[in-house]
Order: sequence, then C-alpha cells, then structure tokens
Amino acid sequence: MAFRLRQKGYRGSITMIGDEVWPPYQRPPLSKKYLTGELARDRLSLKPAETYEENGIELLLDRRVARVDRAARRVFFDGNDDNSLDYETLIFATGGRPRQPDDLGDTLPENIFTLRAISDADAMRERLAPGKHLLVVGGGYIGLELAAVARKRGLKVTLLEQAPRILGRVACSQTADYFRHLHTENGVTLREGVSIESFEGPEQRPSFVKLTEGDEVSFDVAVFGIGLLPNDTIAREAGLECAGGIIVDGWGRTSDPDIRAAGDCARLPYRGDMIRLESVHNAIAQAEHIADDIVCPGGPSYAPVPWFWSDQYDCKLQIAGLNLGYTKVVTRPGTKPGAFSNWYFKGEEMIACDAINDARSFMMAKRWLAVAHRPCPELICDPSWDLAKF
Amino acid sequence: MVKIIYVEADGTERAVDVAEGHSVMEGAVSNGVHGIVAECGGACSCATCHAYIDVSWLEKTGLAEGDEADMLEFAHEPKPTSRLICQIEVTSDLEGLRIEIPDEQA
Repeated sequence: MAFRLRQKGYRGSITMIGDEVWPPYQRPPLSKKYLTGELARDRLSLKPAETYEENGIELLLDRRVARVDRAARRVFFDGNDDNSLDYETLIFATGGRPRQPDDLGDTLPENIFTLRAISDADAMRERLAPGKHLLVVGGGYIGLELAAVARKRGLKVTLLEQAPRILGRVACSQTADYFRHLHTENGVTLREGVSIESFEGPEQRPSFVKLTEGDEVSFDVAVFGIGLLPNDTIAREAGLECAGGIIVDGWGRTSDPDIRAAGDCARLPYRGDMIRLESVHNAIAQAEHIADDIVCPGGPSYAPVPWFWSDQYDCKLQIAGLNLGYTKVVTRPGTKPGAFSNWYFKGEEMIACDAINDARSFMMAKRWLAVAHRPCPELICDPSWDLAKF
Repeated sequence: MVKIIYVEADGTERAVDVAEGHSVMEGAVSNGVHGIVAECGGACSCATCHAYIDVSWLEKTGLAEGDEADMLEFAHEPKPTSRLICQIEVTSDLEGLRIEIPDEQA
C-alpha cells in the first residue's frame, strides 16, 4: 500500500508501524521453502531495506500500537501515553494470528508451535531433526504443507484432524481425497475425526496426547495449524465495526471514513457475502485498490478474483476463486499424468477451481472468473475439449 | 553480481546488479523494476513475472517447459520468447542478459 501510494503520486508523509523486528516479508515460504532451508532469510524480504527511505516511507519496527484515539486522530504506542503519532488516514493492515490451542495456557510449551512469523519458523526448524516424531494438529493447507516438509526432512509424521475429513472448510471431498492419498503414500499417519483430550508428560515439554477415542499418540514436536484469527482488537476497542475482522466496504473503508483496513484483518464484501480473504493476492490487490482510491477517489469497488496456492511434495495445487456455497463439483482430467482439476458450481455459475498439477486449468479458471464467463460443466469434464481453443 | 538489463513496458532500460543464485524475478522486484508483480514470490504459481527474453539469450536461458509453459500459454500476450523469470536462476553466464517486460501481467 505504501509503495503504491508513492507510485500514484501521494505526497504526504507515510509511516508504517509493525510489531515484528523484520521489515515486511513474505509469509508463504515459512511453511515451505524457508522451513526446509532452501530459501535464506534475506530472500524473504518484500523490498530491500533501503527502498523504504528512498520512497519516503518511515518504517517503525518492533513497535506495537496500543490504542487509537479517533476523535484526536492519533495512535498511541504501548505503555507510554506521551508516545503517539497523529494521522489523516489510518490503515489497519494488521493481519492475523494463529488460533491457539485452548488448554495449553498463554505460552506454549517449548516443543509446541504455531506458525506465522519468521521467529516461529526458526524455532520450529531447529527441532525438526530427522527421526523425530512431528504431530500436526489440523488438516488445512498449512498443516498439510508442514507434514510434507517434515516427511522430506525424514521425520515421522502424524496428522490429526478433528473434523470428519481434512480440508473440510476449504475444499471438496474430491480434492481432500487426493491429498489424503498423497500424504498417506508419503508415509504420513493421517487420522480424521479425532480430537485431543489432553497433552501429557512434562508441562514444559509434553510427550504424548490422549485422544478422546482413548488411545495415545507420542511426539517430540507438535504444531497447530487450526486457523487464523484476525487482528482486529485495536480496531474494535476504538469503536470500529468488527465481526470476526474489521468490516469494510468495497473501498476498504471502515465505519470511520478516515480509517481503512486491508488484507487478513478485514472483512469485505464479496459476491453478496461478507468474508475474510486470507491470501497473498488479496493482501496486495486490496491494498493497491485502497491506495488508488486514496490518491484518486471515485473508482469502481474492489472485485477480487481470489487465488491461492500450495506446494506439497512434488504436487502443485493452484486454486482460483472461492467455493463458498457450492452446489456441484465436476472433475476435468488433465493432459499430463497426475494432473486434474475440480471445478465448483453454484447453480449454473462456475465459482472456483482446484487445479492439481494442472496449471492450464488454473489459468483458464482465473481468466473466466475475471470476466464472469459461465462455462458448461459437461464441456469442462470433456478432456478432448481444449481450454486454450476457447 | 551479474548485470541484468530490464526493459520496462514504456521502453525505460534498467541495468541492475543481481546476486548469483537469485532469480531474475528477484532482481527485478528488489530493484523496483516496474511491471513485475511476482505475487507468489517465485513458486511458479501465479504467472505474474512474465517477460520476454532477448532472442540472442535464449540459448543460455532456455525455453519455458512444463508448468511454466502451461501457464505462459494463458499469460497476457505470450510469445515464443516468453518466460516466467522466477524460474531463471542468475549465473555468471547471464552477464548482460536483456529482458523485456510486457505492459500487463496475467
């Protein structure tokens, strides 16, 4: 957002405040190539450090905002009321934090993790030694990616999902079936529909879990991937309308016209629903849309074509659209071995596509969603019908 | 460091030094070259680091293959010289590499 504002000619001062010590960085590699060690820390940075100054963007790192006084248009930093900053426009780009397990207290034991920040990945990597046993709690994309990384490093992996199946919240059963098979084939013990009753062993270093079914699973390291909570506390305390995220309109405006919100922390209108969009694409696109509106108001409302990706073992998953409220799924065989795509329909409307090793289907779906094209399900299922000839 | 010449869509030439082992995409992003979005950060998943390789360099960079070629087929105005530049690793062989950036990404 800050760089887009400058690019569009914004002349006011810009200050970015972040509570981490690192300049803004990419988070997706934390559960992928950063955790495996293939990508060094300096390559995570979104921009080189000097470009902030070059663009007149002041970066305040390792600083936490405690509260916002909307009447005075001022933000106050932790602990010290003399320490504050005034604003004309305030942007919440506060992201989210991992949902924490209920019964482990405020500070997790030393061998139990959640993953969101560089510090989490660094701490976890040290413990992911070959031969150790990793317990993954949660069968969403983060959990599955972590399981894949750990298997690659030679750990024993058990993944527990409380719901009847993995990816229950985000994908159809056909996609889930593929990933269950992929992980099982790669040696992950994957158990669905099981809940943890308690963590057992030393308090600072539990060594096994008791399941509600009665049996036990031992582990050396455990990681929770059970969802993200939006960082909307400061906004809520400032009296902004929030409902599991900061409520914004199609221009990122909160209930206070001088305050906007973008990315994981915002709840935004999407095709008649109010949703949060946890994706890199949205973090960039929504922020740029808001920056454009600040510099040059009056443009159309934000209408994203969401997309996501996940890398697990040698499998590439690309998702276009959101399958919210789907009524039907059809499968298209890919043109290469191991490639296929699941297409989601809501009535007659194609709303999303999970493309597995099938970049062509992903690209076509993304393009169709952008122009609201309604492909016919029967044609999609027909592999002899070439997407490129459309 | 290896010199890479990025030609932005409006014709502006940007010659920048990029570390060996990094990708040609990272060289563009970290030097603020316009027109390279690289949403996925180099995972060959988004097709927003599309660029055209100067024909004389194709032998050294190679042509797009596999997933990369599949995505390029649906990119904005693909050509036979198209590559996703996150998939090109910078090596000393590429000193002086010249690439042109399209006016739009997928």
